Amino acid sequence: MSAADAAGAVLSVEDLRVGFDTRDGLVQAVDGVSFAVAPGRTLGIVGESGSGKTVAATTAMGLSRGPRVRVSGRVLLDGEDLLDAAPQRLRALRGDAIAMVFQDPLSALHPLLRVGAQIGEAVRAHRPGVSRAAARARAVELLEWVAIPNAGQRVDAYPHELSGGMRQRAMIAMALANEPRVLIADEPTTALDVTVQAQILALLRRLRDELGMAMVLITHDLGVVAETADEVAVMYAGRIVEQSPAGELFAAPRHPYTWGLLRSMPRVDAPAGAALVPIPGRPPSLIHPPSGCRFHPRCPYVRERHRSEDPALEPLPDAPGHRVACLLPEAERRVAWARLATGATPAQARAAIEPAGEEGRV
Amino acid sequence: MLWGIVLLALVSLLTFVIFYVLPSADPAQLRAGRDASPATLHQIRVSLGLNRPLPAQYWTYVTHLVFHADLGYSYFSGASVGSLLIDRLPATISLTLGAVVVWLLVAVPLGVISAVRRGTWVDKLTTGGALLGVSAPVYWLGLVALYLFADDIGKWPLLPGAGSYVPFTDNPGKWFASLILPWLVLASTFAAVYARLLRGNMIEVLSEDYVRTARAKGLSERRVVWRHGLRAAVTPLVTLAGLDIGLLLGGAVLTETVFDIPGIGRLNYDAIIHADYPVIQGTVLLAACFVIVANIVVDVGYAYLDPRVRAA
Amino acid sequence: MTAGSAPPLAGGEQLVKRFPLTRGVVFRRRLGDVAAVDGVTLSVQEGESLGIVGETGSGKSTLARMLLNLLEPTSGVVRYRGEDVTHARGAQLAALRRKRQLVFQDPAGSLNPRKTIGAAVADPFAIHGLLPERAARARRVGELLEQVGLEAASANRYPHELSGGMRQRVGIARAIALGPELLVADEPVSALDVSIQAQILTLLRELRRELGLTLVLIAHDLAVVRHMCDRVAVMHDGRLVEVAPVEELYRAPREAYTRELLAAVPRIPGPPSASGPAGG
Repeated sequence: MSAADAAGAVLSVEDLRVGFDTRDGLVQAVDGVSFAVAPGRTLGIVGESGSGKTVAATTAMGLSRGPRVRVSGRVLLDGEDLLDAAPQRLRALRGDAIAMVFQDPLSALHPLLRVGAQIGEAVRAHRPGVSRAAARARAVELLEWVAIPNAGQRVDAYPHELSGGMRQRAMIAMALANEPRVLIADEPTTALDVTVQAQILALLRRLRDELGMAMVLITHDLGVVAETADEVAVMYAGRIVEQSPAGELFAAPRHPYTWGLLRSMPRVDAPAGAALVPIPGRPPSLIHPPSGCRFHPRCPYVRERHRSEDPALEPLPDAPGHRVACLLPEAERRVAWARLATGATPAQARAAIEPAGEEGRV
Repeated sequence: MLWGIVLLALVSLLTFVIFYVLPSADPAQLRAGRDASPATLHQIRVSLGLNRPLPAQYWTYVTHLVFHADLGYSYFSGASVGSLLIDRLPATISLTLGAVVVWLLVAVPLGVISAVRRGTWVDKLTTGGALLGVSAPVYWLGLVALYLFADDIGKWPLLPGAGSYVPFTDNPGKWFASLILPWLVLASTFAAVYARLLRGNMIEVLSEDYVRTARAKGLSERRVVWRHGLRAAVTPLVTLAGLDIGLLLGGAVLTETVFDIPGIGRLNYDAIIHADYPVIQGTVLLAACFVIVANIVVDVGYAYLDPRVRAA
Repeated sequence: MTAGSAPPLAGGEQLVKRFPLTRGVVFRRRLGDVAAVDGVTLSVQEGESLGIVGETGSGKSTLARMLLNLLEPTSGVVRYRGEDVTHARGAQLAALRRKRQLVFQDPAGSLNPRKTIGAAVADPFAIHGLLPERAARARRVGELLEQVGLEAASANRYPHELSGGMRQRVGIARAIALGPELLVADEPVSALDVSIQAQILTLLRELRRELGLTLVLIAHDLAVVRHMCDRVAVMHDGRLVEVAPVEELYRAPREAYTRELLAAVPRIPGPPSASGPAGG
């Protein structure tokens, strides 16, 4: 099922825009983002800091409301628009139908309350009839479900008394306490050791299957996305620049930023001599984004008209599930990637696609 | 714990030195009254032990204290210092504890609300009130309060005025009424400071990740602010309150003087006027004791409130 | 194997570092010790790039700090150019500091927010009493900033005005200011965005070549280490699990723990494939 087909989706985000009024101007953190996730499927959102991925997620949960926040668009949870919902309704849904797991469990869990109490709270907030004892029992049950050993004792532990991996499991248990339809995980494994990361990702996959829930996994790590996501959206400067089924993103990426990411990340399975090609420049200002294509100041393949024209996210002619926001013709992109994939530098790839004699160079 | 004892010893030594080395009134002179003959003065001096060398006097004092729990006798009244202290302690305790309750009851809601509603009139009111509470000297506030509300001299006689204190055991009703103005006055400074402190802590805490998590769980805003926010922000306040209590138990001199409450502070003040060294030493040591104990209690209390401190 | 003939530039023998564990608030009971580093012998050859990988609690940062005399070992010997420098002090230590430098993980935390970055980079000169003349020093600072890819003019800016990647470049400029022989980088790119990581890693490689530095890279990211290092040491729970040339370690790890670590790293499928010697 592709992102474009929102029919079976449990969470559907449509043209979401989020801006913050700051002293220096309006920071447009999210600028027209749309995606959908179906039950049992995982969408990976990849981006660096400033890409807007976390803001999009917290806004979907209704956590970005405030006097200086401007939000537009729709966030449909089973057809109901969360952005339009009254605060009470939103609170009823948060932690119940839609839940979120955050990056650093040591700071995301309350340091002065016991873990079991925090989980029990999540349960009682949405099921008013439940007694404290029953909530505590449920907390123990949940901790066992996320494979925390000695759950009966650990339920009374404080967050700092648990290891990083167990803390994250506890946070996941808390988020899933009421069996949500959608789970948003924001960099859930970034703060963890690699072996623990592997366990947590496996846990998330298992729980997603057991609950049949939709999962949105936000990360900067392409490897995590490769192993866990069914579909991937790459974000840059507040927009999605490429979106496709996961396998296709790695086999046939079509956006220069994605190419840049793939070429600039060291691989644990690449020989030591392999070249890293950094993406030049820095992430753009969200107050004064670049004109035209937002990636153009850093793009090795930039052409004159890219400075004034802003590409829209459009499906590829032969792969409608794969959408790209780039002004380069598809045929040329294919050639460029073919070169890059065999180890060419961006300069060489560009030479291969440059129309001879034309004033395309910048 | 050992440190505490060392501190007490140091305090007593320091008080002794200050009293005798720095210029102050001559206790013998004061006791003897006007036109006392040199012979009388000398007699008094001998009886009080003032003619002996200083280190000897100090040594006598210390040995009496440690081995006989004897704090000496007042130069002025002849009463035993120990009994004086015990006599005056209840009043100071009443004043202190009552004030603590008042200022916490005022500061906590104000602090939380002004943090949650930053920039609104509540916030501005708290800030203004805080400024007033901190800048207005206690004795001035006390006098103004008496002038306005005391039933003997006030414009709107509502509450008992200065000197109306009776012990709780004598008449609970009167005891309570007589302390209302002193409580309010003493609490005013502290309430201001605590409210501002709590406001600052709350603002910081409310932007922490775990508050965001609490909201993400769908908890009511009320629960998020009071159970998650306040719980994290209040710890430094509790610690500070403990220390302030320790301090106040040593006697809130100004308040006790203005309202004529027979507490330790007043005792201390009177003793200084009369150069009544044993009493001064007694009150100072008592105050130091309270402070040291308060520090220990606060340390333990902090560990209780913040479990992260318990692990090494 | 590269080991053997030439004596190592720096290293440690049987290094141990214990920290006491206490419990309780009023009366602290001593429960015992925890050994952050438990008998590690490791050395680095001149000119090579050694990677130390491990998870949290493996002791890699503690080990690095002992090798630089920033932390006193509970027992064991620290060597530099064959000499025992475990308890170096005063002038000897100052001389060592000039030769061995550290790049920190957190670009924001290691720069004084009240000092301009020019002042930060000039600090090593000030501390060691070198280049006293202002103009000469300012010129050198400018050169260093350009060497790490920043503009000389940015010497007047403050850390908060720079991005994370730029701050890390400043940290590197400061570290190479005195012309050290040994550069220890403790998680130099973990706090940075992916696209900036590649820039900093590339910079480190270039500098290493230009200045003939010996590099000790501490990281938890196995991919970064593979890319940057000639030899790799794996640490776990304060002990050295395996040391081997990079290709050998990654292709044919001998120890079970190493295999476990490698297996846990999520793989990115597809190209780019191997190319020739690293460009850029």
